Amino acid sequence: MLKLSRNEQIFLGVVYVLLLGVTLAFLLPFVIVLSTSFISEAEFARRGGYVLFPEGIDFTAYDILFRRSRVILNAYGVTAFRVVVGTLLNLVFTVTMAYVLAQKNLPGRIPLTIFVFITMIFSGGLIPRFLLVDYLGMRNTLWSMIVPILVNAWYMLIMRNFFMSLPEELSEAAIVDGATAPVILLRVVLPLSLPVIATIGLFYAVHHWNAWFDAAIYIDRSELQPLQIILRGLLRSATLEGMEEIAFMEKPPPAASLRSALIIVSTVPVLFIYPFIQRYFVKGIMIGGVKG
Amino acid sequence: MSRSSRTLPLQRTGESRWSHARKQFIKWRFYYLLITPALLYFLIFHYAPMAGILIAFKDISPFGGLQGVIDGPWVGLKHFTRFFNSFFFWNVMRNTLEISVLKIIFGFPAPIIFALMLNEVTRTAVKRVVQTISYLPHFISWVVVTGLITALLASNSGLLTGLLNSLTGESWSFLTNPDHFRGILVSSHVWKTVGWSSIIYLAAISGIDPHLYEAAAIDGASRLQMARHITLPGISFVIAILFIFEVGHILEAGFEQILLLYSPAVYGVSDILDTYVYREGLIRLQYSFAAAVGLFKAIVSLLLIIGANSLARRLGQPGIW
Repeated sequence: MLKLSRNEQIFLGVVYVLLLGVTLAFLLPFVIVLSTSFISEAEFARRGGYVLFPEGIDFTAYDILFRRSRVILNAYGVTAFRVVVGTLLNLVFTVTMAYVLAQKNLPGRIPLTIFVFITMIFSGGLIPRFLLVDYLGMRNTLWSMIVPILVNAWYMLIMRNFFMSLPEELSEAAIVDGATAPVILLRVVLPLSLPVIATIGLFYAVHHWNAWFDAAIYIDRSELQPLQIILRGLLRSATLEGMEEIAFMEKPPPAASLRSALIIVSTVPVLFIYPFIQRYFVKGIMIGGVKG
Repeated sequence: MSRSSRTLPLQRTGESRWSHARKQFIKWRFYYLLITPALLYFLIFHYAPMAGILIAFKDISPFGGLQGVIDGPWVGLKHFTRFFNSFFFWNVMRNTLEISVLKIIFGFPAPIIFALMLNEVTRTAVKRVVQTISYLPHFISWVVVTGLITALLASNSGLLTGLLNSLTGESWSFLTNPDHFRGILVSSHVWKTVGWSSIIYLAAISGIDPHLYEAAAIDGASRLQMARHITLPGISFVIAILFIFEVGHILEAGFEQILLLYSPAVYGVSDILDTYVYREGLIRLQYSFAAAVGLFKAIVSLLLIIGANSLARRLGQPGIW
C-alpha cells in the first residue's frame, strides 16, 4: 500500500465523514420511528412528540396492533396473499414469456417482442385502466391487485436477455439426448437461471408488499385492505378503523407510537430479506444493462 | 437455446408456403402455447386500455358501465380544449415541469457523487455496509416514507419541528407550507433513490481499466485527480445516456409521493398532471375529461421518449430499441 500524503489523508477523511453522514441520514428516520414505537402516553406527553431515544420501553402500541385488533392481522393476511400468490404468478408468466421470446429462431419473435415493447412507451393511462378493472368485475377482489400487473415488460426483457446469454450448446445437447422443449425449460434453463429468477422475484415481491395505490382505487371493503392502506389510513387520522377498543383503554398509546409501531411492522419483513439477495440483484441489474 | 430451424429455401407457390407455415407452427406449437397466456395479459390489460382512450373524445356517464361508454355521444376535442383553456393547465404543467427539473438538478448528480465517494473507500467491509444501507430506502414504500417524514416534520410532534420550535420560539410547519413543500418532495426523492441509482455508476466504474490508475499513480496523481481525470471521464458516457432518459421522463414528477404528501394547502405548488388526472377522474368522476388529460400526457411522454432514444442513438448508444 502506498503511503498517503497529507492532502490525500485529508481528502479520504472528508470522504469518510461525508459517507458517515449520508449513512446516518438513511438510518436516523428508522431509529426515530423504532424509538417512538416504544414510548408510553406519559412519556409522549412529557416530551411532546417523536423521540430519538426512548426513556422506557412500552409495548402497548404493539399489543394493540397484534392482540387487540383483528385489522392488522387481517391486513397482513391480504398482503401475504398478494406477495405469495402475486409473485408466483408474476414469475410463471414472466419466465414463460421470456423463455419463448429468447428462442432465436421462433417465427414471429420480433413482432411479438415489439408487441410487448410498445406497452413500455405508451399506455392508455389511469382512467381506462381503472374502468377496465371495473368492467371486468374485479373491483373488491384480491385479484384486482394481482392480475392487472402480471408481467412487467422491463423485467421480462431482462430475463429474456439472460436466457439468450446462456450457451446454446446446453439445450442442443439436451435435444440430442432426446429432451423435449418443456423438459429443457424445466431441467436445463431454470436451474441455470436461479439468480436472475430470485432477483426478479424479489423485485416483484417487494412491489406487491409496498403497493397501495391499486388497493386504494380498486378496493373499498375493509377486510380486503392490505397493510400499506391501513398504514396510510393511520397516518391520515389518529385512529385506526375498527380499533374502537382504543377508546375504552385506560391508558391508550399516543397516536405517534401507534403509527411508528405500524411503520416498523410493515417494514421489517422487507428489511430482513433484501440484504441477503443483494449480490443477486446487483448482478441482475448489470445483466439488464448489458443488452438492454 | 433453441432448436435449430434453418428454413429451407421457400418454393414460390402459395400452397407450399402455406404448408411450410403449418409445419413451422406445428414444430413450435409448444412455444406458442406457452406464450399465449402472457400475450393475452398484454392484450387485455395494456392494449384494451389503449383502445379505451377513445372515451377522451366522448361524453360518458360514470354510472352507465360499459354500455354507457358505447352509448356516450362523440364530442370531438371538447375535453382537450377545455383543459388547454383552463387555469389548471398552466398550473399543473408548471408544477410538473418545475418539480421534475428540481428533482433532476438535485437527484441526478447525487448518485454519481455517492458512487465516486464509495469508490474511494478501500475497505471492502465498510463499502458493502454503506451500500447495503443505502439501498434500504429503495425497498420501502412511499407510504412508509410518508410516515418517516411525519416523524420528522409533523407540525406539533415531529422531531425536527419540535427542535426548531424550542430553538426559535416560533411554531414551524412544513408539510402544509407552500414555501417548504417542494423542498420536502425533492429531498425525500433524493433520499429514496440515491443509493439504488448509484449501482449502475458503480458498475461502470468497475469497468474502467485499472492500468489507467496505476499509470496515473506513477505520474504522481492524487486520488482526487484520479477521480476527476480518470473515473469521471470513464463513466461520462453512462452519465450522458442516463441523463437523456431522465429528461425523457420529465412528465413523471412523482405521482405516489405527491398524492400521499400533498394537501389542499399546497395544491398550488404540488398539483401535477398525474394527481390532477386522479382527482378529476376518480374523485370527481369526470372520466372523459380526465382520460383526455391522461392522453395528452401519454402522447407528450411518447414523443419525449422517442426523442431521448434517437438522441442516445446519435451518441452511438444502441438506445432502448
